[in-house]
Amino acid sequence: METARRLEPVEINVNMGPQHPSTHGVFRMVLWVDGERIVQVEPYIGYLHRGTEKLCEGELYPQIITLFDRLDYLANFNNELCFCMAAEKLMGLEVPERAQYVRVVLCELNRVASHLMFYGALGLDAGAMTPVMYAFREREHIQRAFEAVSGARMMHNYFRIGGLKEDVPAGFKEMVRDLLPGLEQGISECDRLLSLNEAFLARTRGVGAISAQEAVEYALSGPMLRAAGVPYDLRAVEPYSLYDRFDFDIPVGTQGDCWDRYMVRVEEMRQSLRIVRQALEQMPDEGPVMAAGVRRMPRPPKGESYMRTENPRGEFGVYLVSDGSERPYRVKIRAPSFASVQALPRLLRDCYVADCVVVLGSLDIVLGDVDR
Amino acid sequence: MSEVLDSFHPNLSAALDEVVVTVEPAQVQRTCQTLRDDPRLKFDFLRCLSVVDYNDSLQVVYHLWSMEKRQKVVVKADLPASNPTVPTVVPVWRGADWFEREAAELFGVTFEGHPNLKPLLLWEGFEGHPGLKSFPVHDYQEW
Repeated sequence: METARRLEPVEINVNMGPQHPSTHGVFRMVLWVDGERIVQVEPYIGYLHRGTEKLCEGELYPQIITLFDRLDYLANFNNELCFCMAAEKLMGLEVPERAQYVRVVLCELNRVASHLMFYGALGLDAGAMTPVMYAFREREHIQRAFEAVSGARMMHNYFRIGGLKEDVPAGFKEMVRDLLPGLEQGISECDRLLSLNEAFLARTRGVGAISAQEAVEYALSGPMLRAAGVPYDLRAVEPYSLYDRFDFDIPVGTQGDCWDRYMVRVEEMRQSLRIVRQALEQMPDEGPVMAAGVRRMPRPPKGESYMRTENPRGEFGVYLVSDGSERPYRVKIRAPSFASVQALPRLLRDCYVADCVVVLGSLDIVLGDVDR
Repeated sequence: MSEVLDSFHPNLSAALDEVVVTVEPAQVQRTCQTLRDDPRLKFDFLRCLSVVDYNDSLQVVYHLWSMEKRQKVVVKADLPASNPTVPTVVPVWRGADWFEREAAELFGVTFEGHPNLKPLLLWEGFEGHPGLKSFPVHDYQEW
């Protein structure tokens, strides 16, 4: 009789999604696991593919702005901004200063709202139920401000090629200014609540790390890249709109792990509020919010332009090809989340199965952005 | 830049705020490799990979960025619509993987040497390349 039986390692195939509660949308991945370790990951996307790029070719320019709202649905203003600026670049439009300041204020507030959402979701992914409540409390104030300005809490459809749909309501400056101290305090509370929590550190420190060189190779951008130690922020390296007028810091990480990605975003919220404060101070009290001589149905001249903005999730790019008609010839959207998901197999290599939810949460993907 | 790229017989032009390098499809991979590796250029970041359908030809467009030099450049290659084939750039930039898969699926471009060129966004069994101009936008019956 055999006394010692050797146990052969067996690789098990585990399916996660598309209806898993912590996948932040409809996202599916298949894991090959060896015991508790992940050997290989295959992400499956496309459950939310609406063919936005193709749809754009059949719509008029002002209609397309509504489609961009629906890409990254946590950063609507940022998406709208990128598309409008791509067309403005092609048309050589000079947007009035007041409109530009309003855009910056709204985009930065949107960034804070988006990062608060990330903060709450990552806490949930790591098993902390409380942070999301505080994050949403703060986020609600920003949503109310958005509603006052654009009439909608999401899908604002507020920016136009050449400026804004209409001027901001009276008392906009005061409204946002009154918001800031509360937000700053709220972010500090959130920071104290979770950042150095022992259990949270154990779940995130050293998990899913990526080096700076690899992060660049994988075309990661935004907080993902900065967490790996590359100070690449489009607002600073290639300033667009008015971002060269503000004084702000670019937080970077050292390890490129989940905790760094988290911490970079927390610090970014503070920097965004700094920008908002400066923008409110510099903003002219009155003036036009629409460039002169822009037609209701703009027709950019024949040509092409590539515009990129720093979205909360990274570099959002629009490659616009125009044939001179009132509909674009081709719109290519470079989505930051798309590149982030692509790196997931690399990030998850040799992680535990339990970590995969945390790593996915730290990517901060929005599936509307990934699938387009 | 023209010095570095001379061996590829590129066609250099300027767009709004970018330098555009147009090369033959067969030269794409070697051009990109040179653009990334040359110490004077170092275009190490692939920003965007797009395909534009001009009916009789498909144009592949690579938007590149150099982290160190803070420079940008656009590489373009025109492919015949009858046989759209171009060498893959995955060995140059790992991040090109999904961008190429998406382009292959939506436009029917074949990226030679791509490690895993399977469909990415559309459902299994979908026929046709919906990115192409010949694919209808609105009068498409889904069921």
